[in-house]
Amino acid sequence: MDEFEEILQDFLVESFELIEQLDQDLVELETRPDDLDLLNRIFRVAHTIKGASSFLNFDTLTHLTHHMENILNLARHGDIVIDAGVMDVILESIDLMKALLVRIRDTRSDSGLDVSASVARLDAAVNGDAPIAAPEPVAAVVTPVEEEPDYNAMSDAEVEAEIERLLAEKQAEAALKRSGKTPQAVVEEEEPDYNAMSDAEVEAEIERLLVEKQAEAAAKRANKQSDNMEPSVPTPSPAAVVVSTPAAQPKAEVVPAAKPAAAAPAPRRSEPKEEGGTSVEQTIRVDVKRLDHLMNLIGELVLGKNRLIKINDDVEERYEGEAFLEELNQVVSIVSLVTTDLQIAVMKTRMLPIGKVFNKFPRMIRDLSRELNKKIELEVSGEDTELDKSIVEEIGDPLVHIIRNSCDHGIEVGDVRLAAGKTEGGTIQLKAYHEGNHIVIQIIDDGKGLDTDMLKSKAIEKGLITEKEADTMTDKEAYGLIFRPGFSTAAQVTSVSGRGVGMDVVKTNIEKLNGMIDIDSELGQGTSMKLKIPLTLAIIQALLVGVQEEYYAIPLASVLETVRISKDEIYTVESRSVMRLRDEVLSLVHIGDIFEVERVFDNSEHAYVVVLGLAESKIGLIVDTLIGQEEIVIKSLGEYLKGIEGIAGATIRGDGGVTLIVDVAALMQMAKSVKSTVGHEGGESKKLGVKNSASDYCVMIVDDSKTDRTIMRKSLEPLGITLVEAVDGVEAMNILKQGDHFFDAMLIDIEMPRMDGYTLAAEIKKYNKYKNLPLIAVTSRSGKADRMRGVESGMVEYITKPYSFDYLMNVVKRNIKFNEGL
Amino acid sequence: MSEQLQQIIKKQSNALLGEDNKIDDVVQLVGFIVGEEEFSIPILSIQEIIKPISCTRVPQTPAYILGVFNLRGSVIPLIDLRARFGLTTQKHTDETRFIVMKSGNDVAGFVIDRLTEAIRMPKRDIGPAPETVSEAETMIDGVGKQADRIVTILKVHKLLERNF
Repeated sequence: MDEFEEILQDFLVESFELIEQLDQDLVELETRPDDLDLLNRIFRVAHTIKGASSFLNFDTLTHLTHHMENILNLARHGDIVIDAGVMDVILESIDLMKALLVRIRDTRSDSGLDVSASVARLDAAVNGDAPIAAPEPVAAVVTPVEEEPDYNAMSDAEVEAEIERLLAEKQAEAALKRSGKTPQAVVEEEEPDYNAMSDAEVEAEIERLLVEKQAEAAAKRANKQSDNMEPSVPTPSPAAVVVSTPAAQPKAEVVPAAKPAAAAPAPRRSEPKEEGGTSVEQTIRVDVKRLDHLMNLIGELVLGKNRLIKINDDVEERYEGEAFLEELNQVVSIVSLVTTDLQIAVMKTRMLPIGKVFNKFPRMIRDLSRELNKKIELEVSGEDTELDKSIVEEIGDPLVHIIRNSCDHGIEVGDVRLAAGKTEGGTIQLKAYHEGNHIVIQIIDDGKGLDTDMLKSKAIEKGLITEKEADTMTDKEAYGLIFRPGFSTAAQVTSVSGRGVGMDVVKTNIEKLNGMIDIDSELGQGTSMKLKIPLTLAIIQALLVGVQEEYYAIPLASVLETVRISKDEIYTVESRSVMRLRDEVLSLVHIGDIFEVERVFDNSEHAYVVVLGLAESKIGLIVDTLIGQEEIVIKSLGEYLKGIEGIAGATIRGDGGVTLIVDVAALMQMAKSVKSTVGHEGGESKKLGVKNSASDYCVMIVDDSKTDRTIMRKSLEPLGITLVEAVDGVEAMNILKQGDHFFDAMLIDIEMPRMDGYTLAAEIKKYNKYKNLPLIAVTSRSGKADRMRGVESGMVEYITKPYSFDYLMNVVKRNIKFNEGL
Repeated sequence: MSEQLQQIIKKQSNALLGEDNKIDDVVQLVGFIVGEEEFSIPILSIQEIIKPISCTRVPQTPAYILGVFNLRGSVIPLIDLRARFGLTTQKHTDETRFIVMKSGNDVAGFVIDRLTEAIRMPKRDIGPAPETVSEAETMIDGVGKQADRIVTILKVHKLLERNF
């Protein structure tokens, strides 16, 4: 049973791949109905699916594909001409075939769909009749596959079809055998010794010759299009006879298991023009789950690399000038280089050409143009552009909606176009190209363009905006209206559009991918829609920003620019903060307001604004500091914390800490409802330290030597102030973090185990609330370089041991402003 | 001979079964203190117990969620059990621990004041939760009676359930 399941899976995968190609080919066929190569290719798809489905006992599917194959075979031999009518019938049957395959995938059975109507129409087309709706009993024109065919009663064309079919079966079988490690069969170059061969080998050899013959025949046929039937039959005939005899009887036993494998090699061989030989593509199928797992591992590796770089920096700072640093540096840079390459390589394995998505559009445009009675042409370029599989999967839907929209609302009816001085047929261009770390997909139509006044009045009518809002809207903002849910300009709901859902889907999907939408339109000239999507989702570049002691990562894909502004450049309009950015007005929001950050200390003159862009909207996010750009791996917050508004996930930084990733789409929504505090709040820091008595002053002594601590304690005790002791930097940090005391100054020894004085000072100065805390170095190191380092790390005084009690007391008194308040 | 062998095998398997039954009758718990009270959870629902490490605040969450922390590459939420139980919060001490609990795929760290001990408790000594709280709401799985004290057994899946 498992084996069957495996075969079935293969069958489905191949079939869907084949069908994808089929749609494209068929539409092309309509423009070039006499392209034999194309016809052959299409025929073989129908044939392959038929063969496999009959083996797998999907009778309905077999029945349908058999009739399709029949009509295609006639067309191949020029017995019928493929016109739009016939094509409609064929396309319809292909849709039905897809539906059947989907059904098989979901239910493991193809029953429940009625194909008789479609089959009847196919048969009608075969007989040259106009397509009819009335279902006719299944025509007996063609021999059913299940039975042993009566070769004598067949027409030439039918005989060839039969031969063709058997050949494909044989091919498949042979291919399977070959792949099943029959080494003798692989030796193809030399003249084989037929007598020494086993049956299977003989068959394989015959098969190989046939393929060659076929290729020749196909080439000849292509050359002599006028008379294409004659040469093909006689040329391979000797071989064909040999084959048809053994193949006819044991068909039932031979076919099993051979079919699924047939699907892959068959179409590849059908391109004899490209290369005469057998250049087999070196590819393997890999389960997507394995790739995902690999990607996760790479993610961990990237985090490890970030961490390593950070540690390397720390070590470098600490052991400056030591010889081993050179080596460490080299190793770190090699590891980081290899990691980056590895990441790119793995990302590449997940890349698919966007052509996979584009392929279905020619067919869609064709159907739409017939349905809407417009002449529309699709120009596709850049279908080789590659992007991550997960994105390829997500991008299909939005594109369908945009293109439908362009067809329905954009391109005008032929008469209108002519009246406007344009060509009768409209054109839609679909382009894909790379731009930095993004892929850009552009959809351009030369239709009537977007009418901003009309959009605004519609939006007012539907109650989406107020008239006042409409007046102040820029053109770009007005274009953005089409993405509002429930918005539609169509006068009535048609099967194509008008429900006001489509463009909303576009926006949500693009936002999900962290993409941006840019609309440009000129009334009467057309509309261009630009989708800018990051190349990959799992590992992203992020801008790290700080607010107070917290850090947040913003996906760089959504960052347009960063600007430094002074506080008086922020204006308040209707209780919202805005700023002027070149010729635009940008609304502002403070990251602290969004994420409920307690702002203790905020009196700087300047602010950093990160300009965020997502889909079609923009916003300025005010942050305290810009840390820099870093490669981050998105991790989920888990089941317990999922769906926190404004947070897309978390990442682990080089220092091992967790940093939250901003969900830009949600942040923009939140910004609308957050009350602004930007600019209102000055440097109003909390005055915690109201001093009433000497014991309200608090000083921390950090020294690893008990004696030194005691000396300092003795010198300061006369003041009556509170003293707290710590034995090293780590403990001092912990005491600070606990916040039990509000310190007025710290006395810090430089030489300490675990964390030395310089590092401690630098750590303390990272916190905004300790920016003004006086740090006094007490040390026996008296070199100038030591003093310089002390100043660099944020020390305000430098006391060298030994010192007198009075001296220390005075320095401390001065720094904590003792006595001033009392 | 073979009969004898069979008898022996039978005896052995009986003995084994009996042992199993005995194990089934005993619940292994880990006890800890939050506030004034001693609580416990089944030892099998504990992934690990670690000393406090730094965590990152997550906005828009109730006060008892302290944030998230990095446990060897996984991002795990941290919940303060004092705040969760409506007690006043307290600074971390030397005895403070994070208990990382799991139930199915849900994992979270819980801050407790201090650990007490691992307890082996016969099932018959465990009584039902007090009936003052409704069955669906309560976080208490049962109450274990020991010679000198009472231990409240918590429902781990309830602790890991998001309720905001």
